[in-house]
Amino acid sequence: MPKYFQPEIETASREQLLEIQNRKIVEQVRHVYDHVPYYRALMQQKGVTPEDIHGVEDIHLLPFLTKADLRDSYPYGLLGADLKDCVRIHSTSGTTGKRVVAFYTKEDVDLWEDCCARAIVAAGGSDEDVCQVCYGYGLFTGGFGLHGGAHKVGCLTLPMSSGNTARQIQFMMDLHSTILCCTPSYAAYIGESLAEQGIRPEDNCLKAGIFGAEPWTEEMRRSIEQSLGIHAYDIYGLTELGGPGVAFECEAQSGMHINEDHFYAEIIDPDTGEVLPEGEKGELVFTSLDKRAFPLLRYRTRDICMLKREQCPCGRTHIKMCKPMGRSDDMLIIRGVNVFPSQIEAVLLSEGYSPNYQIVVDRVNNTDTFDVNVELTAGQFSDKVSETQAREKALEAALRTMLGIGPKVHLVTPQTIARSEGKAVRVIDRRKLHD
Amino acid sequence: MAIKQLSAFVENKPGTLLAMLKALADAGINIRAMSIADTRDFGILRLIVSDVEKAANVLEHNSIVTTTDVLAVEMRDEAGALSNILSALGEANINIEYLYAFTARTERGAYVVFRVDDNEAAERVLQAHRIATLSEAEIAAI
Repeated sequence: MPKYFQPEIETASREQLLEIQNRKIVEQVRHVYDHVPYYRALMQQKGVTPEDIHGVEDIHLLPFLTKADLRDSYPYGLLGADLKDCVRIHSTSGTTGKRVVAFYTKEDVDLWEDCCARAIVAAGGSDEDVCQVCYGYGLFTGGFGLHGGAHKVGCLTLPMSSGNTARQIQFMMDLHSTILCCTPSYAAYIGESLAEQGIRPEDNCLKAGIFGAEPWTEEMRRSIEQSLGIHAYDIYGLTELGGPGVAFECEAQSGMHINEDHFYAEIIDPDTGEVLPEGEKGELVFTSLDKRAFPLLRYRTRDICMLKREQCPCGRTHIKMCKPMGRSDDMLIIRGVNVFPSQIEAVLLSEGYSPNYQIVVDRVNNTDTFDVNVELTAGQFSDKVSETQAREKALEAALRTMLGIGPKVHLVTPQTIARSEGKAVRVIDRRKLHD
Repeated sequence: MAIKQLSAFVENKPGTLLAMLKALADAGINIRAMSIADTRDFGILRLIVSDVEKAANVLEHNSIVTTTDVLAVEMRDEAGALSNILSALGEANINIEYLYAFTARTERGAYVVFRVDDNEAAERVLQAHRIATLSEAEIAAI
């Protein structure tokens, strides 16, 4: 059974990797400068030209990109290829109403699927495996990313998409799935459902799971591993960089190898933007080295993280990132969906509510709960129960449309949401996501 | 004649209702009739009080209130009294949103408060059946 999907790259020496990165960054900066006027303007403001970039050691000269840039340039402003050469889009939620739309050329899809294939092989996958993909298929990158990767590995691929747990379990048992790809919370839920049906961990054929798109802890890993009888591996990615597979865990389960031939990682001080030395904790910044349609340079992920380069028992040489340890912005990841408080505020204001609200997130039985408390204002209260309940339902529907995930809305008495120094406490996150 | 009902939003939390009732008591407001509609999340307290304006001011400190016109009817405290009234309204196709009833040691003894969408139409029906609605002064005198 192969240990690596692309052994020459995955086990390349530090010098070989650096040589690849240096060659690619020079080309990529030239490509972006020539094809993306938005970024060219940022470079000109900073007084940087493509000639200044000789290799990855010069990346720090380049301007950052943030989620705000993606919003301001929506939808085509950061496009780096002709639309006729693009074959796909995927999308994720933005900070306010606008979504982030990422474009892919054929080659971009190809390299993305390579990255996912590496993750599957690192989890022990081969053409002997049955890979059940229960990430959502659609605008979300999870489903298509792992699906493409599983094809490349030659797995028998079950494109289940998310939901319908009874059917997931039926296929898993009847078709002998060996690898499960989904969010960790869904994996935990499947484990519970199996136990409820009296199916023991040794009764299924699963051996590994590739779980990502939301934060999870070591405790949760152990609990999933026990309930499903598998090894559980983390995978990292974001739509802005293509999707899952930017980094993935190997058998060592001690951090995720970043696919360094495609993505260059930096850790910066989130306040000053200064690059921090390896091993220090800060904000993770990625540069896409060879994606052409959506070639983000120095994209600030807002994930707080650490990088470490060490000899890994798996033999891979690529640098490792730890599990993200938090955020440098207020984004929440709820059931795998990115949620910004500003999105909720925008809906409340457009529906005529006061901006006094509180988001309460918790994790009950490994599944996220999501509640939004909203203060009623005069004129919104009726003596009829049906009207007040209809208000809650309408607000829940509007929030679901904006967020892609439905919170439970609770209308509360005016002036009752806890305030600290006059400002309402917007988010109460009771999940213990970071060790 | 319609009378004013005060409705207040009550969160489903221990002590909420008590705080509201205490505030009314401290302000010397007498409750003539009340009901609470409850859902999983919240309740709606509905009150007929001696002084609507004052009670509204008091409750606005810890809740959100609204006043609604409702009909109050006096009837004999005996079997079948309420169903006679309901069938009169039902025949006229008048939909009752909610109602609550109370008894008192008076000559007729039983009272019911109706919330309907069209008070005037309901009153016409009641009048046609010789069922009198009470004024605020009459309620206060009970």
